Amino acid sequence: MKTLWLVMASLLIAGLATVASLAGGNLTPERRDALVHLVRQDCGSCHGMTLKGGLGRPLLPDNLATRSEADLAGVILDGVPGTPMPPWRGLLEPDEAMWIARKLKSGFPQ
Amino acid sequence: MIVRFACVLTVFLSLATAALGGELRGTGDLGLIVERATGAVQIIETTGRTSLGRVAGLGDLSHASAVFSRDGRYAYLFGRDGGLSKIDLLERKLVKRIIQAGNSIGGAISDDGRLVAVSNYKPGGVRIFDAGTLEPVAEIPATWGTAGERSKVVGLVDAPGRRFVFTLYDAGEIWIAQIPENGTPKVTKLTGAGKLPYDGLITPDGRYYVAGLFGEDGLALVDLWQDTPKITRILDKYGRGEKKLPVYKMPHLEGWARAGEKLFLPAVGRHELLIADARTFREIGRVAVHGQPVFAVARPDGRQVWVNFAHPLNDTVQVIDTQSGKVIKQFTPGKAVLHLEFTPRGEQVWISVRDANRVDIYDTRTMKRLSTLKVESPSGIFFTARANRLGL
Repeated sequence: MKTLWLVMASLLIAGLATVASLAGGNLTPERRDALVHLVRQDCGSCHGMTLKGGLGRPLLPDNLATRSEADLAGVILDGVPGTPMPPWRGLLEPDEAMWIARKLKSGFPQ
Repeated sequence: MIVRFACVLTVFLSLATAALGGELRGTGDLGLIVERATGAVQIIETTGRTSLGRVAGLGDLSHASAVFSRDGRYAYLFGRDGGLSKIDLLERKLVKRIIQAGNSIGGAISDDGRLVAVSNYKPGGVRIFDAGTLEPVAEIPATWGTAGERSKVVGLVDAPGRRFVFTLYDAGEIWIAQIPENGTPKVTKLTGAGKLPYDGLITPDGRYYVAGLFGEDGLALVDLWQDTPKITRILDKYGRGEKKLPVYKMPHLEGWARAGEKLFLPAVGRHELLIADARTFREIGRVAVHGQPVFAVARPDGRQVWVNFAHPLNDTVQVIDTQSGKVIKQFTPGKAVLHLEFTPRGEQVWISVRDANRVDIYDTRTMKRLSTLKVESPSGIFFTARANRLGL
């Protein structure tokens, strides 16, 4: 019985940690700054530095209103086959993609 | 009386020269560097390798590019936000700025120097302005398909005879527009260029227009000397079914990296340059390089090709000897090498290193760094020698 409680408690903690991690809660301020720079400068080469769009689609909150964070994070990680949007998996961790997705939906930091 | 007149004349002349920064000078060694994040440009000269001044208030300059008036005095700068700015390089000031569209990608100046054309993503098409006044002259909407959609326009260049050639990204078409002195533009539309043409170039003789394709292996070629120009495919299927590597920045086709009878082009989705025969456009070789090439630019004499790369390998520059087809030098200037520009005779190359806030200047023979300029978030570098070259 005691063991079961221990297992349940550790599962709960692990679960909470995953949620926190997927939401980008574990990112250091330095890493967040680096991600902001990456999105503005490097994603910006197709989507525009102001994210108003270019050869790639606009990524402002209004443009993303119907897309879920998980959906957008999936696009970031796996790209869009048949278009120039490349997969960023390998360069970005899943929690980083989730953080970018959430920030894009709510208005991306400068 | 004569003394008095001489005095007045002296005062007048010194006032006139003061306006030009204190001395008379030519424009052949001038240029500008885009500070992409601050909406400004630095005006530079390549003789003493110094910055002469800065012009600010130019809007969103991510992916900005410039062309020059034929006298080398004025730069026309094309901003991402649809801004078209005319800058006086001698007086180092903004002459006029208009917002001509919502989202733009580049421009060109006509062979007679009188028209400036801008290629727009939104609304998709080309707008043409008087180079003197920036007043509108003509508009060519990139309308295609049955539903009347408008395509994003890329790869806009000038061609002889007051013509502009450009590519419709969404439609896969290449259009040739001739702008008469009076009346409406005459537009020749060529369809079937291929999937997702991302950029275009014209050969320095004005004969061939080439569009690079993102959506398939190969390039679309148009011989503009033909009475009825048509599209032919070159370097078809150069990947031969190999799996593509992800491309984190689109390559650029700027100018024509030609060395004797060889052409060097960035491959898409491959860490290679393609070498083509300049007469037959058949592939004759490849050079393995450090990453996805973005710019592959020949030194003006054609002896070397300098290459920069896409994210995340964008801290590196490689130099290829065009005779041996081998990489002879590799530098690591710093994070985000975005652009490079040769002086007209190729003895120097200027390289922008965005994240280091530096432009490095190299001697192209010794490969030694000559000096460095501090520039905030530098991207495009453009020298006035472009004023005298077709397609730039």
